[in-house]
Amino acid sequence: MDLASLYMGFRLRNPLIAASSPLTGEMDSLRRLEDAGLSAVVLPSLFEEQIEIENNRLDENLLRGTESFAEALSYFPPLDLYRFGGEDYLDLIRKAKEALRIPVIGSLNGVSTGGWIHFAVEMQDAGADALELNVYFIPTDTAVLSGTVEQMTLKLVRDIQSRLRIPVAVKLSPYFTALPNMVRRLDQAGARAVVLFNRFYQPDLDLESMSVVPGLKLSTSDELRPRLRWISILYGQTDADLAVTGGVHTAGDIAKCILAGASAAMVASALLTGGPTRASVMLRELGEWMESKGFQSVGEMKGILSHRSISEPAAYERANYMKVLGSYS
Amino acid sequence: MSQNKVTIDANEAAAHAAYHTNEVIAIYPITPSSSMGELADQWAAEGKRNIWNTVPQVTEMQSEGGASGAVHGALQVGALTTTFTASQGLLLMIPNMFKIAGELTSAVFHVSARTVATHALSIFGDHSDVMATRSTGWALLASNSVQEVGDFALIAQAATLETRVPFLHFFDGFRTSAEVAKCVQLSVDEMKAMISDGLVRAHRERALSPDHPFIRGTAQNPDVFFQARERINPYYEACPGIVQKAMEKFASLTGRKYSLFDYVGPANPEKLIILMGSGAEVAHETVDFLAAKKEPVGLLKVRLYRPFSVKHFAEALPKSVKQIAVLDRTKEPGAAGEPLYADVVTAVSEGKAKGWIPAGFQPRILGGRYGLSSKEFTPAMVKAVFDEMGRADARMHFTVGIQDDVTNLSVEVDPDFSTEPAGRTRAVFYGLGSDGTVSANKSSIKIIGEETDFNAQGYFVYDSKKAGSVTISHLRFGTDPIHSSYLISKANFVACHQFSFLERFDMTRVAEPGAVFLLNSPYGPDEVWEHVPKPTQEGILRKKLRFYVIDAYKIAKEVGLDVRINTIMQTCFFAISNVLPKDEAIRYIKDYTKKSYGKRGESVLQMNYKAVDQALAQLHEVKVPAKAAGTLDMRPPVPKNAPEFVQKVTAKIIAGQGDDVPVSAFPADGTFPSATTRWEKRNIALEIPVWDPSICIQCGKCSSICPHAVIRGKVYDAALLAKAPRTFKSTDAKWKEFTGMKYTIQVSPEDCTGCSLCVQSCPAKDKKNPDKKALGMQSQPPLREAESDNWNFFLSLPNMDRNKLKVNQVKDIQLLEPLFEFSGACAGCGETPYIKLISQLFGDRMIVANATGCSSIYGGNLPTTPYTVNQDGRGPAWSNSLFEDNAEFGMGFRLAEDKKNEFAREILKALSADLGGLADGILTADQSTETGINQQRARVAELKKKLAGIQKPEAAQLAAVSDSLVKKSIWIVGGDGWAYDIGYGGLDHVIASGRNVNILVLDTEVYSNTGGQMSKATPRGAVAKFAAGGKPAPKKDLAMMAMAYTTVYVARVAFGANDAQTVKAILEAEAFSGPSVVIAYCHCIAHGYDLANGLNQQKAAVNSGYWPLLRYNPDLAKEGKNPLQLDSKAPSIPLEQYVYQETRYSMLTKSKPEQAKLLLQQAQEDVNTRWKLYEHMAVPPQDKAQS
Repeated sequence: MDLASLYMGFRLRNPLIAASSPLTGEMDSLRRLEDAGLSAVVLPSLFEEQIEIENNRLDENLLRGTESFAEALSYFPPLDLYRFGGEDYLDLIRKAKEALRIPVIGSLNGVSTGGWIHFAVEMQDAGADALELNVYFIPTDTAVLSGTVEQMTLKLVRDIQSRLRIPVAVKLSPYFTALPNMVRRLDQAGARAVVLFNRFYQPDLDLESMSVVPGLKLSTSDELRPRLRWISILYGQTDADLAVTGGVHTAGDIAKCILAGASAAMVASALLTGGPTRASVMLRELGEWMESKGFQSVGEMKGILSHRSISEPAAYERANYMKVLGSYS
Repeated sequence: MSQNKVTIDANEAAAHAAYHTNEVIAIYPITPSSSMGELADQWAAEGKRNIWNTVPQVTEMQSEGGASGAVHGALQVGALTTTFTASQGLLLMIPNMFKIAGELTSAVFHVSARTVATHALSIFGDHSDVMATRSTGWALLASNSVQEVGDFALIAQAATLETRVPFLHFFDGFRTSAEVAKCVQLSVDEMKAMISDGLVRAHRERALSPDHPFIRGTAQNPDVFFQARERINPYYEACPGIVQKAMEKFASLTGRKYSLFDYVGPANPEKLIILMGSGAEVAHETVDFLAAKKEPVGLLKVRLYRPFSVKHFAEALPKSVKQIAVLDRTKEPGAAGEPLYADVVTAVSEGKAKGWIPAGFQPRILGGRYGLSSKEFTPAMVKAVFDEMGRADARMHFTVGIQDDVTNLSVEVDPDFSTEPAGRTRAVFYGLGSDGTVSANKSSIKIIGEETDFNAQGYFVYDSKKAGSVTISHLRFGTDPIHSSYLISKANFVACHQFSFLERFDMTRVAEPGAVFLLNSPYGPDEVWEHVPKPTQEGILRKKLRFYVIDAYKIAKEVGLDVRINTIMQTCFFAISNVLPKDEAIRYIKDYTKKSYGKRGESVLQMNYKAVDQALAQLHEVKVPAKAAGTLDMRPPVPKNAPEFVQKVTAKIIAGQGDDVPVSAFPADGTFPSATTRWEKRNIALEIPVWDPSICIQCGKCSSICPHAVIRGKVYDAALLAKAPRTFKSTDAKWKEFTGMKYTIQVSPEDCTGCSLCVQSCPAKDKKNPDKKALGMQSQPPLREAESDNWNFFLSLPNMDRNKLKVNQVKDIQLLEPLFEFSGACAGCGETPYIKLISQLFGDRMIVANATGCSSIYGGNLPTTPYTVNQDGRGPAWSNSLFEDNAEFGMGFRLAEDKKNEFAREILKALSADLGGLADGILTADQSTETGINQQRARVAELKKKLAGIQKPEAAQLAAVSDSLVKKSIWIVGGDGWAYDIGYGGLDHVIASGRNVNILVLDTEVYSNTGGQMSKATPRGAVAKFAAGGKPAPKKDLAMMAMAYTTVYVARVAFGANDAQTVKAILEAEAFSGPSVVIAYCHCIAHGYDLANGLNQQKAAVNSGYWPLLRYNPDLAKEGKNPLQLDSKAPSIPLEQYVYQETRYSMLTKSKPEQAKLLLQQAQEDVNTRWKLYEHMAVPPQDKAQS
């Protein structure tokens, strides 16, 4: 059985990639992920804010109250002993590259071009095989036009891509008015892959304190469906590779991603609950399913249930919607 | 040989040599020596190696006594060992110093000499500590400047190995220890060349070893002790010669020549000053100046004070001298003369007897005291001493630098005399601790010191308040060597970095004519003049100052630096001071900005670059009008209605003119009036809380948590509002008992520090707009005048009758008058709310024993102190003894009160026939409630009246002790450094004694006052000074240790997590008739986060199980109940969620991520295990029996 898949120019031993999660932030679990069969790892997202704001905050906190009182000119051992935000991330890349044979993908989370993007180069220099750019932007200002958001994203991709030798993937939010066009333009801006979709944090309201509490729940397989739809729409309409993240929990989920047209399926929640070994079960079951269906390779499966084979996808979508609504009656 | 020039302070210079030439370093923090230990610890953590290519062992001990014991031990086992200390710390080392010297052990202690506490504590410098060690047998070697400190640290180390006499190498605390100066740093090769390997081997061979065993430290009897003691004499005789030889070797290596006594001046002087320490630098400068004018004056610097070599002294002494003044920076009351004076007199006499000094040499020798507690010592004072020598009626013993109008010992000083050379840049900067002025100036010194051939010197004066503290930086740059170890009084550049200072200080006083005056002003060059108070305007005009303004806060905001104005003001200094060519200077600033901010990312760097460019663009010279204009005057330091002492003394100290207060103004015994902070309106808050009565639920949490007692609630009669100012707010009181009355929460706008803890504590949210609370912060300046009037009106409203209040409820506690107010603690301090609470509950009957530390500084540092009085004139009586003895000190209070009470009762019984039923009423009074105490007070007042009419000696005796018949509440207060470390032995003894004392441990988990060094209260995984790699051991469980006695009331509280439990614990602790310990969680600036979040962190500490709330009441055991009550629930959040909000923990994830992970895991296990144990212990007895 040939599970290999091509993604961003890498020949992956299978389509299952460890998505950005706490598991990919530690050497122990990174090793276990490789051992469990994952074909690449996306390291945890380094936030734009982490690079500068965190450094600033650390510095601000270390300097708080200093040079004010004769007996206590400072409150901490001096700064020289400390490494600033980002440096440990580069270290993680270096160590991961040393220890792993599978591709190591760095991840940056930002919304706009700024001084911080030089960090992409540092990630490349530290040995990252590729970079996943997680564009995490929630427009809250009514004056911001959709076109502005798109332009901002495209500029960011261009700015980063132009500085790098390694391929760049863009992880998108589902909230684009015309996603296919956006993907095409990202492709033109230099993105080698598009990853669908970002899972935004899900704030809740605390009725006791009357306040907003941040939070994020792990995904379920149900979340896969909108991703499958968009992968199947985009498949064949862009040169960028497609990947799914969010909702990949079973071998069946991986198979669905490939059938819709994805080159890779990224997994996080399932591994966080089931541990890295969950991946080996998923991969074994994927092989078994392929065998039962007579597939020899992942390549053969890719995109065969995408919209490519349908002449008028939009009409097809509406027709199916009517069908679904009907089914509840 | 190429020389490594550095700009460092003397502590670093000493630590550099000490670290490189030792293997074991035992340390303990004490101002001003702490940074030597900190540097040693930091270097060891970084793996820096000494001259033998190994990393020294650096270990913190529990006290200086402990450190000296460890040093003694390490020396005995053959390691090269050192320590750093000062003042009380040095005194604690004396017992071991006798031993170390008696055993002829090679060692050097580096001491930044500091005043020993007498009538008051002082952190500043003089030689009283060093002089207290004279009899220990240690060599005493004095350094006078930063350069000398580095040099002598090495010379001492070399000499001690050869002489076997231990060396105390000292230099003036603060004036030298903290002065930043350009100097040559010793190279490793130089250090290696000075330290003989053979002598190091010999040191090792003398060590205790079971391989060649011997006994050292025997006990001896009258038959032999004396002879054996005299056996050391040859070593002391040889010592001066060996030191001189080491100095010569040092000179051959470095080119810097020193002698045991160094003479400065013309060949045949007639007047000679003899002294040691930084004052010698001042005298050096003055002698050079006067000698250039052909004045026959000279200076003899004493380097090696002990062993005092009469021979070397005689050789160095110019024989032409007719007048000698020996200056001592110490006071030895009752002595025939101060130590150096006495030694010089003896040496002259002996020198003549030996023939080293001609028999005809008959100078008059005067003794003078100067510079106690870092009192300024200036060239004008040196000149005054020379002038005094010229008088036929000169005082044999005099003082200089003060105005002594009691014993008239002080000499007159001409304030205009100056030796400052032309062409030297002298700049004075007034800033706030928080605005980065000092760091900017330190960076300027580095720029000039390291990038140019100029010499550079910086000295920084700080305020004694921790919140809103004023800093004054004194910087000198020039081509000549700088001997000026005194503050600048004739500056050619004066900068005021805070516009609000104009109403407090006339900064033109330090400017010389024609100087530059730079003001950070929100008003531009065309409008600023009328906003400048008249005295400053007149100063500018009279001295023809060139006046510049810049709106640094506006630029900082524009470029995104928020309130960081340091780079902007630094740029202005370089742009107009002409100390360097402007373009060159700007390039250096940018280079240094890159060094300082590069790590923080490109955008911060760019912001700073922009700040530099904008500063240059927006710096304007003011066209000064021909005359002063407007009516703006400076605010008086205290209001006119302040008491006389406050007017005469305190006000001057507040205004920065404490140096002018004469001796007669002071009490002879260190006794000062309390209740003085209320007169010092510091006006430091940028924003203050504003109350919305319509949202307020009147819970009192804001006023309870306020660290500064500036937000208070009152319930009062509605009719009183008739005279209220127009903007005074009020609403109906929400108390059942006080229906119909009015309620107000009022803020004192000029006392508030703007910490915003009150806003954070406020639970009352606007239902329509949950972001809005009953309290919100608003800009202070527009509110200042109106709210000050409101505050004064609020104070005039009567306090609620305490008998009507439920003092166990936070809601009612807000109505109790705080008798601890407006302290100088940090904005948002986590300690002071507890002290304030105790003062509200028991202030009228409490005596406080306060361990040295933050609480003694904000509690007792002049100019103004926060313990205050109620309308009856009663309030906390407060004293600070030392750091280490506080529990014992407080127990002494209890012993005295108990004895006086016992004695009073005895006499009362004896006089009962004369007193009728009153005696019985007093003897059987129930004082368990406040009402009971008040009734007893009334009885005692009655008793005093009656006693006045009884003509028996017992009646007078009883009158003197009758106050002790009213219950007193003894509080022993201190931080964790005291309770867990240095004072633990005493604390343990006191709680074991069973005596009725209340101990409040303000647990910040580090030595906060000295800058955050690790204590045994520091939690596992937290970074602190001396624990740069995260503390590996868990926090000591003081509560558990105290509970182990089963006879001690113990509570662990966290005000911010559960105020009701805190109140309950404090009340129970006080009510318990034996010893009580309350361990209070105190968030602290040393934890590294914005203290506005302090309450959230306290909650998180409790919710994570890190800080379980508990009360252990032995009285419950007597009732058959479980004495231990857990007041918080099982951990509900992981420890990580609590700790990583604080830099003290999170920084370890940046420095040592693996270690951080491991320690976090262990710390979580600590929490789990301890919770299980507590839970098990807290099971009610009946449940335990069943289980």
